[in-house]
Amino acid sequence: MSSSQHPAGDDPRYCTFLLGDLFLGVPVTRVQEVIRAQERTRVPLVSGVVHGLINLRGEIVTTVDLRHRLELAERPADVEPINVVVRHDDGVVSLLADEIGDVFEVTDEDFEPLPPTVHGVVREFVRGIYKVGPRLLLILDVERLLDLSSVVSAELEGVVA
Amino acid sequence: MAEEIDEIVGEFVVECREILDELDTELVSLEQHPDPDLLARIFRATHTIKGTSGFLGFATLEAVTHVGENLLSKLRDGELVVRPEIVSALLAMFDAVREIIDRVEQSGAEGDVTYPDLIATLVALDQGELLDEMVTTGSTTEGDQVVEPVVTIESEPAQVVEPVETTGSEVSVGSASSAGESIRVDVELLDDLMNLVGELVLARNQILQFTAGQNDSTFTATSQRLNLITTELQEGVMRTRMQPIENVWNKFPRVVRDLTLAIGKQAELVMEGKHTELDKTLLEAIKDPLTHLVRNAVDHGLEAPADRVAAGKPEVGTVRLRAYHEGGQVIIEISDDGRGIDPAAIRRKAVQKGVVTADEANHRSDRDVVNYIFLPGFSTAEQVTNISGRGVGMDVVRTNIEAIGGSVDVQSEVGVGTTFKVKIPLTLAIIPALVVTCDGDRYAIPQVSLQELVRIDGDDPQASIERVNGVPVYRLRGRLLPIVFLSEVFRQSVTLTDSINIVVVRADDREFGLVVDEINDTAEIVVKPLGRILKQVGAFAGATIMGDGRVALILDVLGIAEQIGMANVARQLSDGATAGPATGAGEARRLLMLRVGDRRLALPLDTVARLEEFGPGSVELAGGHQVVQYRGEILNLVFVADELGVTSTRTADQPLQTVVYTEHRGDQPGRSVGVVVDDIFDIVEEVVDVQRETAVHGTLGSAVIQGQVTDVLDVAGLLRSVFPALFELEAA
Repeated sequence: MSSSQHPAGDDPRYCTFLLGDLFLGVPVTRVQEVIRAQERTRVPLVSGVVHGLINLRGEIVTTVDLRHRLELAERPADVEPINVVVRHDDGVVSLLADEIGDVFEVTDEDFEPLPPTVHGVVREFVRGIYKVGPRLLLILDVERLLDLSSVVSAELEGVVA
Repeated sequence: MAEEIDEIVGEFVVECREILDELDTELVSLEQHPDPDLLARIFRATHTIKGTSGFLGFATLEAVTHVGENLLSKLRDGELVVRPEIVSALLAMFDAVREIIDRVEQSGAEGDVTYPDLIATLVALDQGELLDEMVTTGSTTEGDQVVEPVVTIESEPAQVVEPVETTGSEVSVGSASSAGESIRVDVELLDDLMNLVGELVLARNQILQFTAGQNDSTFTATSQRLNLITTELQEGVMRTRMQPIENVWNKFPRVVRDLTLAIGKQAELVMEGKHTELDKTLLEAIKDPLTHLVRNAVDHGLEAPADRVAAGKPEVGTVRLRAYHEGGQVIIEISDDGRGIDPAAIRRKAVQKGVVTADEANHRSDRDVVNYIFLPGFSTAEQVTNISGRGVGMDVVRTNIEAIGGSVDVQSEVGVGTTFKVKIPLTLAIIPALVVTCDGDRYAIPQVSLQELVRIDGDDPQASIERVNGVPVYRLRGRLLPIVFLSEVFRQSVTLTDSINIVVVRADDREFGLVVDEINDTAEIVVKPLGRILKQVGAFAGATIMGDGRVALILDVLGIAEQIGMANVARQLSDGATAGPATGAGEARRLLMLRVGDRRLALPLDTVARLEEFGPGSVELAGGHQVVQYRGEILNLVFVADELGVTSTRTADQPLQTVVYTEHRGDQPGRSVGVVVDDIFDIVEEVVDVQRETAVHGTLGSAVIQGQVTDVLDVAGLLRSVFPALFELEAA
């Protein structure tokens, strides 16, 4: 069942969550925990990229709103977001999503690369698709998602100008 | 079993390092004072390393130390005398030992290098052969060079009393054997403890905040107790991490010795305050920058002996290291009595290298210009030598020091010498900070960069912020203070309030006022690093967790200054406007009201820097004048009563009521002097009509203030008559 062919490497399980209409997943091995919305501290100058800072048991964690990152509409006011805390080579970072899903175990047979007709942000951040029952699970490329340096510089540029 | 051996080897490595660190210094001092005790100690230390390495089966190490030991035993028995080439060879031997130890630590084995040349040299020296060509550095003519570490024991109140050292460089090897008194602890463990204490401090802050809203007296008492214990624990753990700066300085006598031998200069290294303690991490961090500054002082600062003699200086140059605590910081000064830095040359070079424009260079004071040496891409060496010109420029020194929250500054006088002043915080982990609010968010400003807080109230506080060339400024005691609205920096909405809160901060030797919505409180904060993403922003030095559990960002004052281009602001100010206060006729002036004997005196407030009280015991004599030590400088005192010929009502045991008066030249504050009066009793704002005809020595005349005749003090005139030399010097 397990294979190193698909994006998850040896562990075929994915932690899933909803973001608007999208059904997204990240490898379960990357996820440290999923927690409810926390009080956040805004970060001026880069508030377009960084949603805020939260206190996770004494550790300060940067949160990134996936809706912003995937260029979706603002989250409706009645949806309380959840924090998917993922491990990153720069410590832990929290991804803000709408609703938590189950952990799914996938098989290689269900894997499909992204159809060439898909363009834009989704093309940039999605590594592939698993057919999970009737739904399509989009696997996020966490590294690319969290490579924010160019976005941050772009936002800072605006300051100097 | 294997683990046990690893452990023994590990301990051996640590022990060797300790011995080696001391040996460098001891050997260098042995070169100057062939002291039998010192020699015996070096011999014993070498013997210890040899013995243990034989026991652990490190053959190369044993072979190297064995020949060294033989040589040392001949020196000890007086069969040979200490000569520079012998010391050089022994130093080379200890370098080899260090290399072997490094390899042992990394791989557990000695490696393949066997040092045949070194052993041959040592053997040859041992047999009394003079083999000049085999010893790379040093010749007998330079043998009388003096590189002498001198220790001056300073009054450092917080220090544990140490036995007074008589020969200066003595570092007792024996103290390591007092096993019952001290234990060896892994630094990692201390780091962990420090982190835990940091967390505890945060938890304590949260509990205290919670307690404030509770009525339960038992609970309140318990949390107070928790508060006290946490504070003590924090201090205790911090102390465990403190190390004397001599741990780094110990390397310098050797550095200076090798360098002077190599470049044919002569230098005496003087160290003061080597017991000054600071956090181990910081100590590690300043090692390289300090080494660079010391090398620099010898290589670029000091002149060649012949030039020194020609300039009427002693042949042997002095490099002085001084460390002391001041205002929660550690100050380290590295000074030389060399040729100094020529501002004209720096101006030329800076413009030539395109680091600054000619216009800018000419507008800056000499002092500012000398600090150009810290700019990236600037090297002052007329020729790049392999000593200091190794690609590690002064900008790297500054970057490294600033990375740990410190600062470095240079002052120089041509022909007299150069002093580098390095300021670093005592510790990094827990720092006092001021908490402010801006647009509903809280921010912490480290206390180190704080100067003062100013609050403007009144009907129209916005009007007190004036604009010069579009740059907002505020008149703070007659000086123009550039103003920065934090909300503007952060591109947030600006809320107009009834009062304006200005946090006066200093960054990079420049003051500016940061306008915030609210000034909340001071707090002990634990600095937590920001992720890579946010480091990029530059305006934040880190983050911390507040008493209510929320995160607050720590402002990086220097970063903010850079972001808004403070340098530009300051320049615009000096170009665009005169900083002098408005003194038009009929305009109300603010006056400080003073009393000396039975005389009422007034002094324009805009010339007053500060009001201070000095204890009668703090007055000292310098150059025939009474002075006090004030903010790290010497403040000359002027006793108004004496100058005006009035009998003072102050008794000898009363504190000195002092007005600190600062002269202004353009936007640069000039020299300060303490004006001592009997009483400072009021500040008034009145339209003053000074009757000049009543002017006597020291006054501008008299006026009616608060319905009474009052003399207006002429401090500038007074100072010129009391300290003519001081002001002539400045005028020149």
